[in-house]
Amino acid sequence: MTHRMISESSEWSFPLLERFDREIGRIADEVYGLDTYANQIEVIASEQMIDAYSSVGLPINYHHWSFGKQFVASEQNYRRGQMGLAYEIVINSDPCIAYLMEENTLPMQALVIAHACYGHNSFFKGNYLFRTWTSADAIIDYLVFARKYIAQCEERYGQEEVELLLDSCHALMNHGVDRYKRPAPLSLAKERERQEQREAYLQSQVNDLWRTLPLADGDGNGEPEPRWPADPQENILYFIEKNAPLLEPWQREVVRIVRRISQYFYPQRQTQVMNEGWATFWHYTLLNRLYDEGFVSDGFMMEVLQSHTSVIFQPPFDVPYYGGINPYALGFAMMCDIRRICEAPTAEDREWFPDIAGQDWLKVLDFAMRNFKDESFIAQFLSPRVMREMRFFAVNDDDREETLEISAIHEEAGYLALRQALADQYNLGSREPNIQVVNVDRRGDRSLTLRHSRYNRRPLGDSVEEVLRHVRRLWGFDVRLEAVDEQGRVQLVGEA
Amino acid sequence: MSHFIDRRLNGKNKSAVNRQRFLHRYKSQLKRAVADSVNRRSITDIASGEKVGIPSKDISEPVFHHGAGGTRETVHPGNKEFVTGDRIQRPEGGAGGGAGQGRAGRGGKGEDDFVFELSKDEFLDLLFEDLALPNLVRNQLVGATEFKYTRAGYTTAGAPNNIDVPRSLKGAIARRTALGAPYRGRLRALEAELAALLAEGLHETDPRVQALREEIDRLKTRLAALPFIDSFDLRYQSYVKQPEPTSKAVMLCIMDVSGSMDQVRKNLAKRFFILLYLFLQRNYDRIDLVFIRHHTVAQEVDEDEFFYSRETGGTVVSSALNLAYDILRERYDSSVWNIYAAQASDGDNWDSDSAICRDILNEHLMPLMRYYAYVEITPRQHQSLWYAFQEVRAQHEHFAMQEIGGIEDIYPVFRELFKRQEA
Repeated sequence: MTHRMISESSEWSFPLLERFDREIGRIADEVYGLDTYANQIEVIASEQMIDAYSSVGLPINYHHWSFGKQFVASEQNYRRGQMGLAYEIVINSDPCIAYLMEENTLPMQALVIAHACYGHNSFFKGNYLFRTWTSADAIIDYLVFARKYIAQCEERYGQEEVELLLDSCHALMNHGVDRYKRPAPLSLAKERERQEQREAYLQSQVNDLWRTLPLADGDGNGEPEPRWPADPQENILYFIEKNAPLLEPWQREVVRIVRRISQYFYPQRQTQVMNEGWATFWHYTLLNRLYDEGFVSDGFMMEVLQSHTSVIFQPPFDVPYYGGINPYALGFAMMCDIRRICEAPTAEDREWFPDIAGQDWLKVLDFAMRNFKDESFIAQFLSPRVMREMRFFAVNDDDREETLEISAIHEEAGYLALRQALADQYNLGSREPNIQVVNVDRRGDRSLTLRHSRYNRRPLGDSVEEVLRHVRRLWGFDVRLEAVDEQGRVQLVGEA
Repeated sequence: MSHFIDRRLNGKNKSAVNRQRFLHRYKSQLKRAVADSVNRRSITDIASGEKVGIPSKDISEPVFHHGAGGTRETVHPGNKEFVTGDRIQRPEGGAGGGAGQGRAGRGGKGEDDFVFELSKDEFLDLLFEDLALPNLVRNQLVGATEFKYTRAGYTTAGAPNNIDVPRSLKGAIARRTALGAPYRGRLRALEAELAALLAEGLHETDPRVQALREEIDRLKTRLAALPFIDSFDLRYQSYVKQPEPTSKAVMLCIMDVSGSMDQVRKNLAKRFFILLYLFLQRNYDRIDLVFIRHHTVAQEVDEDEFFYSRETGGTVVSSALNLAYDILRERYDSSVWNIYAAQASDGDNWDSDSAICRDILNEHLMPLMRYYAYVEITPRQHQSLWYAFQEVRAQHEHFAMQEIGGIEDIYPVFRELFKRQEA
C-alpha cells in the first residue's frame, strides 16, 4: 500500500502538485464522472492574492479608485492579522483559472486543487445559470478589451470624466442585469419578413387616417401620451445605455462594460450556497477516496480534515462572532444529506423526498447541481434532518411590534415554513430592492421615473438621494423615484 | 488536463494604480487627517508612515438597498430554547435582525473610520504638498567629490562577474558562422556531387565515391572542431565613473535657551525644526545640520544637547548670529552650499542688542542665505527683537517671520512660510 504514497512531506513542489492533480483528476473523471473545463493552475504569492482580491477576483480589470480602496482595506486587515487570505481564488473561465497561494502546505494545495479545479470548475461548467449568463471562453478576452477601452477613454476624455461615469455605473451595477433571456436576434430572412408585415400594417393605418379627417389637435382633449417604455424595465443600466438622450457613444460603451461584468457575476451571487457546498463536498469526497486508495498518509488527511472542519464550522446565533449562515456549512450539509437520502433513506426521507430516496446519488446530485440556484435548491432539497441538525429557527421582525416573534423552529409543524423562509432569504429578488423604469416623459421635460415596488413594507436605505444623483448624471435629465406599496398606493420618494 | 504556471515572479504591485487613484480622490480628506496627525504625533516618529482615517461614509459607494423597517423573516442556526410563538426582545445592535442586508464588501466597517496606513513617502507628499523651497537651487556641480558608476556599453576585457552572457553568445554564434562558412560551402558542393554519383548508379566501393566520402568526413570534423565559445567572444559590461552633480544644503538651527524658554516652548521649536529638516530632505540629497544655542553667549552643540539641556540666564541674540556667521565662513562656502536658517526664540533680547542683530543679518548673513525663517514663540507682546527683524524683512525678500502661539499653530505657520509663491 505504501508504494503508492505520493509524498510524506508537507513541502510542495511542482512535480508533486502535478501528481496530485493527475490522481485527483482521474478520480473525479473516472470514478465520479465530473465534467470540467481544462485547468490552468497558477501559483502566486500573498501580495498577489491581495491584488486579486481587490479587483473583485478577476485576473484583470480596468482601473478604478474603488478597487484601490478594497486593496488598501484587505492589505491592512491582512497585515494586522485580522484576516487570513483565502487559500484560493477560482475564475469562471475556460480554461478554468485557479490561484494557489505559495504559502500553502502540500495537503492544503491538494485540498485546493480538489476544491477549486474539480469542484467549482464542474459547477461553472454544469450549472444552468452559468451556462445561460456567462461565456467562460470569452470572459478573459472581454476583460482585456474592457481594460484597454477604458484606458483609451481616460486618455481621450480625461481620467476624472471616466471615473465619474464609472462611479455612476457602479451605483447601478446590481440593477444592470438581465434576469430573463432576451429573445435571440432574428435571422435576416425573418427580419425582412417582419419588416414587410410592419410596413403593410403601417400603410393600412395611414390609409385609415386618410379615410376621415383627423380631429384638430389642441382643444385639450387629446389622448394622454402612452407610457413609454410600454413595459417596465428592470435592467436600468441597459435602458440607460440604449435610451439616455445625451450620452456619447463611448459613454454608452462604458455603461455596457459595467453591465456585462455585472451580468457575469449575477450567477455567482445566486449560487453561493450551492457553489461552495458543491466544491466542499467534492474536495471532501475526492480526498477521502485518495486516502482510501492509499495515495496519502494519515498525517496528510489529518491536516486536510482540520482545515475542512474549520471551513464548514457554523457558529450559533448567540456568539459574538456570528455573521449569518455560513454558506460552506449549509451547502456541504445539504450535499451530504442528498447523498445520504439516496443511499440510506429513512421513513421520513421517503415521505419528504419520494423522488430521490434510494436513487443513484451521483445522478441526483448532478441533477441538483445543474438545474437549481440557492433559492430553489433550498426550497427543493432542504430536509428536516438538516434543519434539525443545524437547529434552524426563523425570526419575524415587524417594526410595528415591540418584540420579535419566533415564527418557526425545527419541528414537525415548522419544517415547511422554515424551509420557505430560508429559501426566501436567498432569493435575490427579495434581498435587493425591486426598482424598475416605468416612464419617460418624452414630450415634456424628458424626466425618467423609477418605481420601487415595496416588499414587506421595506423602505429603501438612506443612500437613495446619492444613487439618484448618479442616475441623473447618466440620464442627463431629472430623475424621480416613486415607491408603490402592496396596496398599490404610489408615493414620491426622491428626485434629482 | 491541467496546466501549471508559476506566477510568483510576476509583478506584485498590480493594484498600485488603483491605490494611487484612491489616494488621489480623497486627497482633501487625507490632507486634513495628515495635518491633524502632525500635531498629535510625538516628535521622534514624525517622519514615519502614518495611519490615517477617513470617515467611511465619505467614501462609501452608494447602491439601492433596503433600509430598516417593514417586516422581514430571517433564519438563524443554533436554536437552544426557542419554541414557535415565543416573543423576544430586539437585540441591541441588530445582531439578530440585520443579516438581510448586504454586509459584504461595502465600505469599511459600520460607522467607524476607514483607517489605513500611508507609507512614509505618501505621508510626506501630502504633508508638504503645495509647499516649495524659496530660492531653490539644486544640482550644483561641486568639485570632484562624488562619483557614480554608469553603464557604458561593452568591453573585451573585464572582471568575470561582468560577463554579459547574451552578448558573448551572440558573438560566438557570429564567429562560428563566419569561420565555418568556407567549409560549409565546400561541404554542400561535395554532397551534391556525391548524390549525383550515387544517382548515376556508382557503387559505394567506387574509388571516386570513397574519396568524396573521405573529404566530406574531413570537412565535418573541421566544422565540429570550431570551439563553441572562445575567449575572443567574451564581452564584459563596462562601467565608467562619472562625477555626480550633488545638491547639498546646510540648515542652521538657532534657538534661545535662556531661562524664559521652558521645555514646552523648546518642544514647539523642535517640531518646527523637524518639519523644516524633513522638508529640506526632500529637496536635497545631503543636508548638514548645525545647532547653535544661545543665552548670553552662543555655542555650537549636538542635537541632544540642543534640545534637552537646560540653561538659564539672560539673552543676547547677536552672539548666536555672530557664531553662525563664523561657522558659515569657515565651513560652508555659499557658492557650494545652499544655506538655510531657522531661528526660534521667545522674543526676549537685551534691549540694545536688537539693533546689532539687525545689522549682522542685513550685512553679513542675509546675502549668504537662501532662506531665513524666524519664529517667535510667545503669548505676549512683541519686544524689540521682533521690530528689528521687521526692518530686516523689509529689505530682504528671503527673510520670513511668523509667530507661534501653541502646538496647533506650528503646521499652519510652517505652511505659511513655505507656501508656493507664484513666480
